[in-house]
Amino acid sequence: MKMINLEMGSGGRLMQEFIQKKLVPAFRNPFLKELHDSALLPGSIAFTTDSYTVDPIFFPGGDIGSLSVNGTVNDLVVSGARPQYLSLSLIIEEGLEIKVLDKILNSIKKAARKASVLVVTGDTKVVPRGQVDKIFITTSGVGQLLVRPVPEKIQPGDKLLVTGPVGEHGLAIMLARNNFNLSSPARSDCAPLTFLLPLWKEGVLWMRDLTRGGLATVLAELADKTRFPLLVEEEKIPLSRSLQGAVEILGIDPLYLACEGRALLVVRKSKAEAVLKQLKKNPAGRKAAIIGEFQNKIGKKGEALLRTSSGGFRLLEPLTSELLPRIC
Amino acid sequence: MARKTRKTDLLVGFRSGSAIKKLLADLKKETSTLNRRLRIMEVCGTHTMTLHRSGLKPLLKGCGIEMISGPGCPVCITPDYYHEAIIKLLTSRHELIVATFGDMTRIPTRSGSLQTAVPASGSLIRIVYSPEESLELARKKPGKQVLFFGAGFETTIPAIAFTVKKARKDGLNNFSLLTALWLIPPALEAILKSGEVALDGFIYPGHVSTIIGERAYDFVARKYNLPGTIAGFEPVDVLLGVLAVVRQIKSGQPAVANEYRRAVRPEGNPVALSLMEEVFETFDAEWRGLGVIPASGLKLKPEWVDFEATRRFELSFKPQRLQKTDCRCGEVLKGLINPPDCPLFGKICNPDHPLGPCMVSYEGACLIEYRYSSGVKWK
Repeated sequence: MKMINLEMGSGGRLMQEFIQKKLVPAFRNPFLKELHDSALLPGSIAFTTDSYTVDPIFFPGGDIGSLSVNGTVNDLVVSGARPQYLSLSLIIEEGLEIKVLDKILNSIKKAARKASVLVVTGDTKVVPRGQVDKIFITTSGVGQLLVRPVPEKIQPGDKLLVTGPVGEHGLAIMLARNNFNLSSPARSDCAPLTFLLPLWKEGVLWMRDLTRGGLATVLAELADKTRFPLLVEEEKIPLSRSLQGAVEILGIDPLYLACEGRALLVVRKSKAEAVLKQLKKNPAGRKAAIIGEFQNKIGKKGEALLRTSSGGFRLLEPLTSELLPRIC
Repeated sequence: MARKTRKTDLLVGFRSGSAIKKLLADLKKETSTLNRRLRIMEVCGTHTMTLHRSGLKPLLKGCGIEMISGPGCPVCITPDYYHEAIIKLLTSRHELIVATFGDMTRIPTRSGSLQTAVPASGSLIRIVYSPEESLELARKKPGKQVLFFGAGFETTIPAIAFTVKKARKDGLNNFSLLTALWLIPPALEAILKSGEVALDGFIYPGHVSTIIGERAYDFVARKYNLPGTIAGFEPVDVLLGVLAVVRQIKSGQPAVANEYRRAVRPEGNPVALSLMEEVFETFDAEWRGLGVIPASGLKLKPEWVDFEATRRFELSFKPQRLQKTDCRCGEVLKGLINPPDCPLFGKICNPDHPLGPCMVSYEGACLIEYRYSSGVKWK
């Protein structure tokens, strides 16, 4: 590793390797060690931070403003915390139009209101043209811990739920970024997951938002930290019809496309149906589904398996490099 | 009232679990009366992908059929010296934009990869998704030279030919290309001629066949007495292809069957073929693993060579002996070994640290095997 390359920030295994080799040793402490989406601090406080550099800054279904609120809010929700306060740092490129900034700020305001969080502190820097691409945003979030996730308590038979169709944010960004001239109405799923908070007390053992690396990467990482292998049924994974058509044309595996408003939940076997029912009552969870469960007969410890619609099995590996459409 | 069909219905039907079960049962019945296992080569990397992604490979094994990956990955079979020439140019020439496909940037060579190369000042790499996109770059940046670096089979070649014609029509003199363009039928002939790989039949590439048609494979049945079927890329497509091959084996009448009629016509695509012929001519090209194969590569015809990057930038482009390394991509491409048979596979060679092109390309057998099947041992 002589130079930083783009893959080290892509959310895949190279990024994990980078974090483990470079960042963890530099700042070693008990809070950092767990590498959750948020650090769980004394006094039942959850604390997280994230930077947003999305290109393009406006995309169907959202923009860098709503993303910078929802991304951080969701990291707190899946850590078992009720999001409360946000910081907001803007790094703006000289020459950005005020009306563009207004649009982003308005979007931040709306998203914060929807997620019931207050922006309580912030910072602004303006840098010469070309030193950042239009605008980069960093938000940090603080929340009240409601429940501590307990991945170590996961047992065979416990169910895996997703809260809605996967991959739409990733596809929307890809289509907006590259002019593929597809008539797909792909819209980002960018939204707060705060509606999941009550479920923490209904038998949910663990949650993760399906951001970079998508569902497959999250499943692979989950399998890696639990004592039992997991098996997901391909046919049960919710995918929108328009997404299915677009990913075929582009040659992309939708299980690796990012979401910004979907989560994977592990729920006690006996509570799964009740949680699903409750999820479906919320418009954002209308297409939620139970997609699989933890195993004690099939597979080995550490494995995330997918039973394909053909009836075969395949192993889900974490994302390794940026998704690229096929060339031939 | 006519039922409104949606584009995605096609996907649902060709992935239907019940259709797949039935086809597997049919295959088992057909092979049960043969007292030997069959070895069928899927020529195209995208078929390899389907077999692994849908988990069909082990299920076919259960029917007595071993599927062997072929050379159908253009990025994989392109020898390193193409990349090395481009890396050298990018690091020394100012005001140059190299436009290329994503996985081309990660191919490891002795000179590193395009991704790790530090471009000369004013130069850069741009990832494009179609050759035409590089024309757009040339139009937008008249002060820079734009070089399109691409590898491809018959599927991609007509689009590249079209791009060259358009560049001339639009007078884009700052556009050039370095291409590694390969033809499938000569490669199949080379594999058969060498006799190193024992095969019972082929699944022919669907996309390539949309261009070249059915007849391009006649020689396989006639001269080498081997069955083959053109197949599409959904699990049901592939199984229909395999079943057609097995039935040819049993009847003892090898032919070229077409199970991808919704896309492939017997004569192929005459417009695309004439476009290729207008711009390119064949030459004896060197393939990684397969060596030099007569008339297997395409280069610009004399009337188009002003777009040839090797000429414009005086690239020294001498095929050297491939250096001997432990990487066995060459044997994988030839179908001599399966990826896990390589001692580097999954150990020091993995998608994060690839040592050969088959672990980089999305159609590379090693990457596909690693990503979808490593560690899975199902009966």
